[in-house]
Amino acid sequence: MTEGSKVNENIKNLSMQVNLDDFIPATAEEKEYMVQMRPSTTAFKDGIRRLRKNKVAMVSFYIIVIITLAAIFVPMFWPYKYEMMLGMQPGKPVDATFNNLKPFEYSTTEQALRDQGQSVFPHIFGTDSAGRDYFIRVVYGTRISLAVGFFASIIVLVIGLLVGSVSGYAGGKVDMVIMRIVDIIYSLPDMLMVILLASVLKMTLASKLEGTPLAKIGSNIISLFIIFALLYWVSMARLVRGQILSLREQEYVLAAQAAGAKGSWVIRKHLLPNCVSVIVISTALQIPSAIFTESYLSFLGLGVNAPMPSLGSLASDALNGLSSYPYRLVIPAIVISLIVLSLNLFGDGLRDAFDPKLNG
Amino acid sequence: MSTELKSVQPLIEVRHLKQYFNINTGFFKSTPLKAVDDISFTIREGETLGLVGESGCGKTTAGRTILHLYQPTAGEIIYRGKSIKTPKDVEEFRTKATMVFQDPYSSLDPRMTVADIIGEPLDVHHMYKSQEERRQKILELMDHVGLNSEHAARYAHEFSGGQRQRVGIARALAVDPDFIVCDEPVSALDVSIQAQVINMFDELQDQMGLTYLFIAHDLLVVRHISDRIAVMYLGRMVELADADEIYNRPLHPYTKALISAVPVPDPNVARANKRIALTGEIPSPLNAPSGCPFHTRCPYAKPMCSESMPPFKEVEKGRFVACHRTEEINS
Ligand SMILES: Nc1ncnc2c1ncn2[C@@H]1O[C@H](COP(=O)(O)OP(=O)(O)OP(=O)(O)O)[C@@H](O)[C@H]1O
Ligand code: SF4
Ligand SMILES: [Mg+2]
Repeated sequence: MTEGSKVNENIKNLSMQVNLDDFIPATAEEKEYMVQMRPSTTAFKDGIRRLRKNKVAMVSFYIIVIITLAAIFVPMFWPYKYEMMLGMQPGKPVDATFNNLKPFEYSTTEQALRDQGQSVFPHIFGTDSAGRDYFIRVVYGTRISLAVGFFASIIVLVIGLLVGSVSGYAGGKVDMVIMRIVDIIYSLPDMLMVILLASVLKMTLASKLEGTPLAKIGSNIISLFIIFALLYWVSMARLVRGQILSLREQEYVLAAQAAGAKGSWVIRKHLLPNCVSVIVISTALQIPSAIFTESYLSFLGLGVNAPMPSLGSLASDALNGLSSYPYRLVIPAIVISLIVLSLNLFGDGLRDAFDPKLNG
Repeated sequence: MSTELKSVQPLIEVRHLKQYFNINTGFFKSTPLKAVDDISFTIREGETLGLVGESGCGKTTAGRTILHLYQPTAGEIIYRGKSIKTPKDVEEFRTKATMVFQDPYSSLDPRMTVADIIGEPLDVHHMYKSQEERRQKILELMDHVGLNSEHAARYAHEFSGGQRQRVGIARALAVDPDFIVCDEPVSALDVSIQAQVINMFDELQDQMGLTYLFIAHDLLVVRHISDRIAVMYLGRMVELADADEIYNRPLHPYTKALISAVPVPDPNVARANKRIALTGEIPSPLNAPSGCPFHTRCPYAKPMCSESMPPFKEVEKGRFVACHRTEEINS
């Protein structure tokens, strides 16, 4: 017998083992059995549920909300304005007793009014050396710091998202060129670059902005945004690129391409939605870092333009009278720490709740 | 299955298809990985061509390259007599040829509902006029593959593997294609469900006049659905014949080995069988052996086998084998 025919015998035996019953159509019951009934939940709802269970994150969240609401609404009805020097009323002689009040102290004129039985709104944190109500300056400074942090993060987000998704999706040479640029920016000593850029921009921008609506925001804040747009997008771009690179290998991307989808469709419908949680989380974590950068630039005198306060410039100004009025440094420092800490803790909570890698 | 084969002209013709991936093997050096190396065959309208071979032999790559999901390194795909070359050809081809993927988990976007997944090809090709029409089409497709319409708003992760694969099949059917590449569509499923899903492929083929390229590494699976079977080894096609022929009378040594490796439940029969055991590891496609790629493991190998590549030639009518010693071995 030849080898071939021996094998052929095996084949005949083989065909006996196939049970044709396995191939009859599924009944309705069987079909039903194959559906695993689970309550309909989405990854998003699951994430929210997990986030709610995280006490630290929720407390941080409420702190952020309270601080933000206060920063927005308190200046609207507070009787004092942040730039108002209370000792210098028009038509009246300069009243130096308004300067450098301790918390809940009153100037001589205010004390006189109080003695007459009138009520005077207290200076909760006292006043500064120019006779401005310190509480409202702290609140307003918080507002500026939060706004800078928020908008700077948005700038970083938009640029990082665009560059990162193009780089990750295009791959090849495009990716290589973009990533080398990113590496170069990464390798610059960022503290030094920020200070250099801030001082150069401060000089060049100030004259250009005069008369435009942007002048109101102040050249320093704008230069701050430019710095963020130039330097800080790189980590976001890297993150997005990494995400897109790994998601691009998923079969559902290939499936979309098999269905005829083009690059931008794939990015918009599949890649970005699947890395949105990571992006939101790192944006949330970007805000405190932007606030921190703004604070130290203001502290170095490169931040907001006077008389506009920010938490950093308040701390910086407080250095002058540090021995007599230490609370003027302590208060903005505490607020900065509170904001940065809560945002970081909340960001961590978001990551724990939404990062798919941690919850499988 | 074997319904009357109407046309003489094949639906798909694959000519000398090659797909090489460049693998970085050094700092500035890259070596081509020949995932698919010069394969040619035709698929007739209405038939199912089974494609089998060990893991890593290039089945998936072949299927994807035929659909132009990877740009072919060389060779051409001819659909209904027309070669697919320009991006416009590819775009048109996408509404005629689709794919069911190997992994029912990673092939469905976890952020999309079942309805949106199935509707995506419709969205991409603007194949509806109103939202109502879109909804109707999706529900119809779900019904075709045995999915309940209540599941439309659910996310894929809420379903079992079998259900997920049905979603994948519905998506492949959405554009009303002629040709579907089924890439091991059941290998990730429970054995109890495999039969049902295969059965469904068969029914759908009858209902909708589909043509399949059905990839599997399990010979039993393809046998029942295929009209013809092609066997691949290390990126090359080694045998192509009618399904029954390949089972009853395999000609290529590799096919013989594959068939004798199928376990036999009866111990007496098993003992009586002379197994052609495959010795050694499958070589890496990065440095495939010279000559016949199978010569490192072939029990019939002769010195000539490592010297020249055996041509993939028609030894009987409609029967192709790539082996120097076909006649000697099988006489
Ligand atoms: N995108 C790619 N880049 C580089 N190499 C690849 C790529 N895709 C596949 N390969 C390689 O090509 C060869 C064939 O892979 P392929 O996935 O086609 O095999 P397969 O027969 O489908 O295997 P399986 O049964 O495991 O699915 C493998 O060696 C694989 O590593
Ligand atoms: S050509 Fe030689 S090595 Fe290759 S399958 Fe035939 S006998 Fe075996
Ligand atoms: Mg495969």
